Amino acid sequence: MFRILTQRVLGQSLLQQGIRPGAVASASRCFASAAKDLTVREALNSALNEEMSADPRVLLMGEEVGEYQGAYKITKGLLDKYGPDRVLDTPITEAGFTGIAVGAAYHGLRPVVEFMTFNFAMQAIDHIINSAAKTYYMSTGQISVPIVFRGPNGAAAGVGAQHSQCYASWYASCPGLKVLAPYSSEDARGLLKAAIRDPDPVVFLENELLYGEAFPVSAEVLDSNFALPIGKAKIEREGKDVTITAFSKMVGFALKAAEILDKEGISAEVINLRSIRPLDRATINASVRKTNRLVTVEEGFPQHGVGAEICTSVVEESFGYLDAPVERIAGADVPMPYAANLERLALPQVEDIVRAAKRACYRSVPMAAAA
Amino acid sequence: MASAFSATAKFAQPLPLNTTSSARSQDKLSPPALFDPFRTSSSAATSPFLGSTRQLLCKSNRPLSHRRSSSSSAVVAISDVKQKKPKSSSNLLITKEEGLELYEDMVLGRSFEDMCAQMYYRGKMFGFVHLYNGQEAVSTGFIKLLTKDDSVVSTYRDHVHALSKGVPARAVMSELFGKTTGCCRGQGGSMHMFSKEHNVLGGFAFIGEGIPVATGAAFTSKYKREVLKEPNSDHVTLAFFGDGTCNNGQFFECLNMAALWKLPIVFVVENNLWAIGMSHLRATSDPQIYKKGPAFGMPGVHVDGMDVLKVREVAKEAIGRARRGEGPTLVECETYRFRGHSLADPDELRDPAEKAHYAARDPISQLKTYMFENKLVNESELKAIDKKIDELVEEAVEFADESPVPDRSQLLENVFADPKGFGIGPDGRYRCEDPKFTQGTAQV
Repeated sequence: MFRILTQRVLGQSLLQQGIRPGAVASASRCFASAAKDLTVREALNSALNEEMSADPRVLLMGEEVGEYQGAYKITKGLLDKYGPDRVLDTPITEAGFTGIAVGAAYHGLRPVVEFMTFNFAMQAIDHIINSAAKTYYMSTGQISVPIVFRGPNGAAAGVGAQHSQCYASWYASCPGLKVLAPYSSEDARGLLKAAIRDPDPVVFLENELLYGEAFPVSAEVLDSNFALPIGKAKIEREGKDVTITAFSKMVGFALKAAEILDKEGISAEVINLRSIRPLDRATINASVRKTNRLVTVEEGFPQHGVGAEICTSVVEESFGYLDAPVERIAGADVPMPYAANLERLALPQVEDIVRAAKRACYRSVPMAAAA
Repeated sequence: MASAFSATAKFAQPLPLNTTSSARSQDKLSPPALFDPFRTSSSAATSPFLGSTRQLLCKSNRPLSHRRSSSSSAVVAISDVKQKKPKSSSNLLITKEEGLELYEDMVLGRSFEDMCAQMYYRGKMFGFVHLYNGQEAVSTGFIKLLTKDDSVVSTYRDHVHALSKGVPARAVMSELFGKTTGCCRGQGGSMHMFSKEHNVLGGFAFIGEGIPVATGAAFTSKYKREVLKEPNSDHVTLAFFGDGTCNNGQFFECLNMAALWKLPIVFVVENNLWAIGMSHLRATSDPQIYKKGPAFGMPGVHVDGMDVLKVREVAKEAIGRARRGEGPTLVECETYRFRGHSLADPDELRDPAEKAHYAARDPISQLKTYMFENKLVNESELKAIDKKIDELVEEAVEFADESPVPDRSQLLENVFADPKGFGIGPDGRYRCEDPKFTQGTAQV
C-alpha cells in the first residue's frame, strides 16, 4: 500500500506537467522507460483502490472479496480501507448478487462485480446480458448501467473442463456490452480504470496465470488519472511481414513467437487487442494492409471465436491486400481435459503460432530469408 | 400416511458440552427439532443451534418399524447410546461386521486424502484438490447403506464419495494423476469423478450444479417405475453438497420440485460451517438449514455429522422413506473439514479453537471408542484394517505412477456419443432415416 501512495505523489507532479490521461496511446511500440516492475495483481488492486477512493459510488461485490482478501488476492486490503459497506462478501449466489448489482447500477451506483472465474458467471449470464447489456437500449437511453463484471477467464493449470473456458467470444457477440481483455500491468490498470468510469456495462476478462507476472511500467501508468481508451488495440511489436493478433495471455506467447520468427527472417507485427468489443478494426486492417498476412491467436474454442470475427473483418475491408489465407490459432475443439499432457495439447503453444505464421508467409511468393 | 419422523419418537435431552468461545455465532435461535410436515412436533428441546462450540443437539429418531427394516428393535435414541452410555439399552446400533465395514471405509477415506495431500506437494497431482478429512462420517454413514443401483451426486469434494460408493482406489488415484487408467481416463480430474458402473454421477465444480442433476436421476427412478412400468425400479439418489450451496437458487428450485413430485432423493447437506473463507453465519440469513425442508413440504433433519452411527440411523430412515415412495428428505449434517477448502487455501480465517474442538471429535476415533467400549472389536482387528488400507493406498499410488499418460489421440475422443457428430449410425446411414428410430407407434 505504501508504494502505491508514494507513486500517487509522484504521479501528481507529472500531472502538473500536463500529461493527460490516455496519453499512452496505441502508437507506442514498446514498454515505456521502466520506472519499476508492477505485477498485474498490484495493478488491478491499485486501480480498484484509486477508483474507490475517487468516487464513493464505486463498490465491490463478490465471493471472498473482503475478509479472504480476494480469492486471488486482487482485492487485498480493500475491506480494511473501505469497510464492509463498500466491499461486500456475498453468499454463493451468482445469479442473485449479479442481479442486485445491476439493480444498484440502474440507480446510479457503480458496482464492480467479481466472479471467482467467468465460468461461474454462467449462473449469472442472464443478468449480464438481459438486465445489464440490453437495458440502455430497451429504455431508449433512460437507464444506463455503469457496472463492471471482472474476474479470471480462460484456462488455468489443471483445473478441468468446468473451470477453463474462455468467454471472450460469448460476451463480445452481445450489443450493449463492452468487453476488455488486458495483458500487461499497464493494460490492467488503464483498462480497469476506464471500465469503472465508463457509463456502460463492461466485462473485464483477466487471466489467472497473469496475475503474478510483473511488467515494467512507466511513471505515468502509476498516475492516478491514468486510463486507457476503450476500443483501441496496441501494437506491441512492429513488423512488416505478418500480423499476429492476440489478447490476454496469448499476447505473451505471440511476442515469444515473434522473437523466434525474427531469427528466421520473418518480421511479425504483434497486436494486443485489449478490447474485444468494440474491436479495433481500424488498427487491425491498417496492419494487414501493411503486412498482407494475418494470424489470429486465441485460447478459446475455435468455432465462432474472436479469430473468426477478425478474419471476417479483414476479408470485408482489406480483401485485396491479403496475400495468404488468414490463419486461425485457437484452443482445441474439446472441453478442457484434466491430464497435464492433454491440457497442453488443447491450448495454443508458441510453436503453434510460429508454424501458423510460417504457413501464412510461404503461401504465395516465397520470401527471401533475410540474414 | 405414516411419516417416519413422527412426534412419537424420543428426543435426546440437550447435553451441556463445554463451550469454548466462538467469535462468530451469537445465535440464540430456537433449537433444531425434527420437523414433520404432517404433524406438529411436540418436542421442546431448547439447545441453540450451530457454531462449532455451541451445544450440539444430537437429533435422531427411532424409525417406526417397517417391512424392510431389520435393525435392532430397542427404542433408543442415538445420543443416549453415544453420550450417556446407558446400561439400559440391550441392543447396539451396529453389529461387528457393520462396525468393521464402517471403520474400514472411513479409514480408507482418511488415508486416501492424506496421501493426496502428499502427492500434491510432490507435484504428482495438480489443479484444484479439495480434501474431505473430517467429514468421513457423512459419506460412510450414508453411502454404505446404498445398493449398487443407487446413485450419488457430489461436488468437487468428491474423492471419498466415489470411494465409499465402490470406485476402486487405484482408479481414483490414477484419475488424480491424470493417467489413462483413471476412472475418467484422465479427462475429468479431481473435481469430476464419474463412474457409470458404480452410479457415481459426478463430481461438479459449480456448487449447486449437482443438485438438479441428482433430482433428475431420482426423477428417472420414478419415471421408470410408473411410465416404463419397471416394477423394480426403486433406486434412490443422494445429493451431497455444502452449506454455501444452500444459499444458491438451484437448491431451492430442486427442493420444491422434488417435494412436488415426490422424488426418491435425499438432500444431504454437509454443513462444515465454511465456504472457502466465508463463514456460514455471515452468509446466511437463517443458518439452520434443515428448516428449509418443511418450507417445501419435506422433513428437515439435523444430525451430528461427526458421528457415523447417528448419521447412519438418520440415513436409514431417509433412504427408506425415499425407497418407499414417500418423497424427499433434507438432512443437515453438521460436520467440519480439518484441512482448508482446497490444498491452495491458506486457511487463515478459521479459529484454531474451533479446529481443535472438532479435531477432538474425529469420527474415526469416536467409532473406535464406541466399538471398544461395547466390546465389538479388539485392538488388533482395527490395526489389521489400518495396515490393509495403508497397503491399498500405497498400491494405488504405485499403480497410478506406473500408468501411462493419455495418448495424444485421446484428446479428441468422447466429445460426442455420436462419433462423427453428424447423426450417422453404425450402419453408415443417417439415424433419423432409420425406420426403427422410434420405438413408439408414431408414424415417422
